Amino acid sequence: MRIETYEDAFNRVKARNEGAFIPFTVAGDPDFETSLKIVKIFVENGADALEIGFPFSDPVADGPTVQLANTRALDAGMTVEKGFQFIKKVREFTDIPVGVLTYYNLIYKMGIDEFYEKAKLNGANAILAADLPPEEANDALHSAKRYGVQQIFMAAQSTSNQRLDEILKLCSGFLYVVAVMGITGARNELKDSTIELIERIKCHSKIPVAVGFGISKQDHVSNVINAGADGAIVASAILNIITENLHNKEEMLQKIGKFCRELKGVTKVIR
Amino acid sequence: MILDGKFGKYGGAFVPELLIPALEELEKAFLKYREDKKFNEELEYYLREFAGRPTPLYHAENLSEKLGCKIYFKREDLLHTGAHKINNTLGQGLLAKYMGKLRLIAETGAGQHGIATAVIGSLLQIPTEVYMGSEDVERQKLNVFRMELSGAKVIPVSNGSRTLKDAINDAFRDWVSSADTTHYLIGSTMGPHPYPTMVKHFQKVIGRETREDILKKEGKLPDAVIACVGGGSNALGIFSAFVDDEEVELIGAEGGGEGLKAKHGATISAGTEGVLHGSLSFVLQDDHGQIAEAHSISAGLDYPGVGPEHAFLSSEGRAKYYPVTNEEAIRGFKLLSQYEGILPALESSHAVGMAEKYAKENKGKTIVVNLSGRGDKDVDILAKLMEVKL
Ligand SMILES: Cc1ncc(COP(=O)(O)O)c(C=O)c1O
Repeated sequence: MRIETYEDAFNRVKARNEGAFIPFTVAGDPDFETSLKIVKIFVENGADALEIGFPFSDPVADGPTVQLANTRALDAGMTVEKGFQFIKKVREFTDIPVGVLTYYNLIYKMGIDEFYEKAKLNGANAILAADLPPEEANDALHSAKRYGVQQIFMAAQSTSNQRLDEILKLCSGFLYVVAVMGITGARNELKDSTIELIERIKCHSKIPVAVGFGISKQDHVSNVINAGADGAIVASAILNIITENLHNKEEMLQKIGKFCRELKGVTKVIR
Repeated sequence: MILDGKFGKYGGAFVPELLIPALEELEKAFLKYREDKKFNEELEYYLREFAGRPTPLYHAENLSEKLGCKIYFKREDLLHTGAHKINNTLGQGLLAKYMGKLRLIAETGAGQHGIATAVIGSLLQIPTEVYMGSEDVERQKLNVFRMELSGAKVIPVSNGSRTLKDAINDAFRDWVSSADTTHYLIGSTMGPHPYPTMVKHFQKVIGRETREDILKKEGKLPDAVIACVGGGSNALGIFSAFVDDEEVELIGAEGGGEGLKAKHGATISAGTEGVLHGSLSFVLQDDHGQIAEAHSISAGLDYPGVGPEHAFLSSEGRAKYYPVTNEEAIRGFKLLSQYEGILPALESSHAVGMAEKYAKENKGKTIVVNLSGRGDKDVDILAKLMEVKL
């Protein structure tokens, strides 16, 4: 199967005058098989690209919802090796871009080069380590280049324009814009500062920008896309559905599907 | 950042992008004020008048005779709040004040660093919140109350293993959204740059005083300097004054717990390279990179990471690190109590236990042991182990 690049995916979406809907889940949460079904539901209900988390015991950038998902996945026996098997399985039913979101210790422990090689072999497009800023990313970037995997970095409100330009020199695939000065977690309101941030970053970035952290509702998705973002990443709001429906997996999958359709439905650009 | 914060290949700043500007601001302030006359005078004033510096370098004659070495103890246990931790909390607390920060946060395991931070919050009148694993809150109720008496708020952390490493995670999570107004006062030579460098800077006073005193008393440098290693701050504090003198052996005592084949906290002796809490160093982890739980009888050594400069000193062979088991530490505690009338903290008891082992093989040598803290806080645990009802 030919794997779609981020460039192609964002262009495909743009041609329809839409922004990309990018759902996130933790591989292996609540177990390998159910997790795979969840990703399939994403794909069948409008996902334009996928973010797959590899769970870590100490996720400092994450709030309680993602922490809980990590713990569930680890308790169910998830490892980095199985994470790559998971992506291989995902590749059996979709060619849209898959980004791996994790923490650097998992990469370092496996061996940086081996991690990127496995990412490539199993069909991942990109890797983002939440605790790997550009200053520390030389080795990762080297391996990313070697195996043709894209390295994604983050930018936030605290990122100066000068630093933003430095990050953009190294970042490929898309830039992950952190919507809030905080950790992951569903939020009620989208702040004005998030909209200003997107506008500022769009002036600097030649690559697509996708916004995540706290994007939990239809109006969040449509507002960030209409502020100029090329994509919206939704994590905790989806993981909350998993948490609330652990005893009824059929219902869990149905609710996730419905939620994805609702969010994808508001990605039209109406400016 | 201005410096890269590397010790050989170890150290660095492996943090989410959102924390980079906070670390840059902190590094800049640290580099500025460490050269600032007024700052240093104020810090010296508080170290002297509030904390009780300088501390003695005590020649333990009874124990020396018993073990066949000339043994000195650097008496950090005599400081206010009972441990070396206050050297660092005074330094960082004052820095936070100079930076105009309005709130302090800290992590604590057993509560020593939490108390030392709470006290500084009270002294400098900066509101203070301390993250503490809910397991530790339960085990250390008295210390929780002591922090609260000093006006600090203790926040129980009930995720992960509910101990120190999770308290650190939550303190970072707080700081991500509060760095504008808040200083995160880390308690040891760990974490992302500039913390390992900065905490060592504020603990170097231990080594400076020790070197001056030993030269006065012995007319020469000691053969060995021994300290316990949790995150590594008391050890680096004292090692720093001798690291350029190749003839002085530097020895770190790690929490050997129930032995390296069982539960322990001996990160350098038995860990592997990894990235935890912002720096590349040694960590206790499984084959897949998930962080393991540490265990030591002393809460201060019960941490699955270690400061990156220790990883460097170990890899260079400049300092040697050995596990000291719970049992050996308890023997050290009893030795010092019975022969010298000094009750050491269980952390420091590991250094005493190490000194006993060292003395066995190196008769006649002159040894300095860093007595990082006093044992009042640990008598409960000891009574329980000795099956004494209080
Ligand atoms: C008395 C005492 N010594 C040593 C330690 C270990 O810390 P470090 O290795 O940073 O000196 C602690 C930590 O709580 C302590 O309370």
